[in-house]
Amino acid sequence: MATAVQTVERENYLNSNYGLKSWLLTTDHKRIAMLYLMSITVMFWIGGFFAMMIRLELLTPPGDLVSSDTYNKLFTMHGIIMVFFFLIPSVPAVIGNFVIPLMIGAKDLAFPRVNLLSWYIYMAGACTALFAMVTGGVDTGWTFYTPFSTTYSNTHVIGVAIGIFITGFSSILTGLNFIVTIHRMRAPGLTWRRLPLFCWSNYAAALIMVLGTPVIAITLLLVALERAFNIGVFNPQLGGDPLLFQHLFWFYSHPAVYIMILPGMGVISEIITCFSRKRVFGYEFVALASIAIAVLGFLVWAHHMFVAGISVYAALVFSLLSYLVAIPSAVKVFNWTATMYKGSIRYDTPMLYAFGFIGLFTVGGLTGVFLASLSIDVHVTDTYFVVAHFHYVMVGGMVMAYMAGLHFWWPKISGRMYPEGWAKLSALLVFVGFNATFFPQFVLGYMGAPRRYHAYPPAFQPLNVLSSAGASILAVGYVLPMIYFLWSLRYGELAPPNPWNAVGLEWMTASPPPTHNFDETPVVTWEAYDYEHQPQEEVTVGH
Amino acid sequence: MEQQQETATFGMWMFLLTEIMFFGGLFCTYLVYRSLYYEAFVQGSQKMNVWLGATNTAVLICSSLSMALGVRAAQTGKPKLMVVLLLITILFGLGFLGIKGIEYHEHWENHEFPGQNFHFETLDKTPAIDPAHTEIYFSLYWAMTGLHALHMVIGIGLVAWLVIAGLRRAYSPSYFTPVEIVGLYWHFVDLVWIYLFPLLYLISKKHGGG
Repeated sequence: MATAVQTVERENYLNSNYGLKSWLLTTDHKRIAMLYLMSITVMFWIGGFFAMMIRLELLTPPGDLVSSDTYNKLFTMHGIIMVFFFLIPSVPAVIGNFVIPLMIGAKDLAFPRVNLLSWYIYMAGACTALFAMVTGGVDTGWTFYTPFSTTYSNTHVIGVAIGIFITGFSSILTGLNFIVTIHRMRAPGLTWRRLPLFCWSNYAAALIMVLGTPVIAITLLLVALERAFNIGVFNPQLGGDPLLFQHLFWFYSHPAVYIMILPGMGVISEIITCFSRKRVFGYEFVALASIAIAVLGFLVWAHHMFVAGISVYAALVFSLLSYLVAIPSAVKVFNWTATMYKGSIRYDTPMLYAFGFIGLFTVGGLTGVFLASLSIDVHVTDTYFVVAHFHYVMVGGMVMAYMAGLHFWWPKISGRMYPEGWAKLSALLVFVGFNATFFPQFVLGYMGAPRRYHAYPPAFQPLNVLSSAGASILAVGYVLPMIYFLWSLRYGELAPPNPWNAVGLEWMTASPPPTHNFDETPVVTWEAYDYEHQPQEEVTVGH
Repeated sequence: MEQQQETATFGMWMFLLTEIMFFGGLFCTYLVYRSLYYEAFVQGSQKMNVWLGATNTAVLICSSLSMALGVRAAQTGKPKLMVVLLLITILFGLGFLGIKGIEYHEHWENHEFPGQNFHFETLDKTPAIDPAHTEIYFSLYWAMTGLHALHMVIGIGLVAWLVIAGLRRAYSPSYFTPVEIVGLYWHFVDLVWIYLFPLLYLISKKHGGG
């Protein structure tokens, strides 16, 4: 404990300055990460509230709690908030922002002021979208399909589209900052082959943010212009092609799935190797698989449009390309498993979440392969099967990884340990609650239950009740960490610099780190994840 | 210092990459509709004032020259010359927007703005086309040139900011990063117009065919 007491007396990024201004005008990547953490947590609960309303409505077959119009708005706003305002910024903007400069031994990101600007842009976009939602909402589905969104919907499409448009630029700036930082700010000796896999996967996600986000920005801008000024680009009455909208939308929004999952995969790589006490199996393959996913991810968008009227030959090509994405994803899963093989596994909370991730992501990924095959897709398109599939990837995959990462780096972020027992319980609740919520939806979808309806035949009730019950367990699983993380800020045990005995530069500075991160620029002379040669219980230098 | 400049320049190139993708979505849309409704696009483009468009192209190319010379002046330590050249760049930029404004006004008067009041007469001795398809042409014309004009406005603002800093002698041969990266941005916006001009104004002088 002697070291811990010493750590707390040090000046760090949390106690170096107090007052609102020192937070709102900070350029410290760690403080900006905290600003993001608070904002996206608020968005998560708003999106979660909409989800609970959906599950409540679906408890009984008739549409009795909300009208069908309200229901349309509920699932639309749930999707928009969770995708654009929670999942996309979650791991990159919070965890990536905090740990990437630490991992590469840098003082900050390459453009600290641009980083702060990206948070303000995020807030401007989120406030615009929320304002439009509060004053009337939007009912187009998060996909904004034309011509409904441009011509027929009587809801606040423009406001929400502008909100997403604005937020897109915060994502672009974060991605740009990561790419430049990882290229130019690495500590001496930290070569690309020694780069932590979390940086690799965030780099890959940043590439998608930089190349994909502008396309959705211009697409949503066209939708807004079409509504506001009658510009007729997607209007079928003028000979416009609504399918073109779907092409442009999915050109970003499919790669966006990988913006969401890639950083999560990076978190899992860090945790699996640390709690198995073994070097990542096939480091190069895991690193390059991230890049392969980013590249292939741009070539598969039309698998969302198999029944929308694209030619059968185009569909065949896109189906084949979609199968290809499964290869680098599977490479990662196999390598994580191989890393654990003969490792000395510890069952701490981050590792429990990581186990959950691997299992649920595998289910989500494999059902994605079902959906990539043309014949099955025709049968299950727009059913709950699709809903279950992407929730297994997004929630079972990404949110699990986000929770894993928060627990893993919480001692570094806050300088305090969270209560391990409660945390293990929450990991268990999330896993059980998640499966109870979404596994029945696979069955429902396969039986033909269409998504996006607020009423359904009585035969589907048992599975829907199970799903709603699971959702309430899941909610408890998410409320718990919120409570004990806040509790730990004050009452948690003081964290040593390296509570997990992990390798990686971020563990070689104090917890919480000083504002300038490192007293001296570290020089890296060892390979990544060198757990086999790590001296027992002594990896910290300095302090 | 040199490393910081390289980092900033790298960041600007990444940003320009996002801009390419941003305009890329519009160019892609243009490509699809031009191949679907070629004849309508030809007839739409004949409503363009080619001379004003060509003048504007020349104006922008000159502005890129003065911008490039301005960056050079900053690099070689001639702050007064830099300020003068940047002011010339601003003038060219404003000139471009002025000429563009005249064109917009003409189109507006002729009901060549999409929406309820849109009106398009098929020209004599030309194949009959659906006026709705030229409305798509004009939708894209307004969206693409409008977005480009917005980039010009932002660019003029950035150059003005450089002028103000330049008057305070903020730049020297050892530090002129902002001048360089604003220069990159200016050339990029210029380049977008170099593509917009032939695509929107010079589709074809002949009717029919492909």
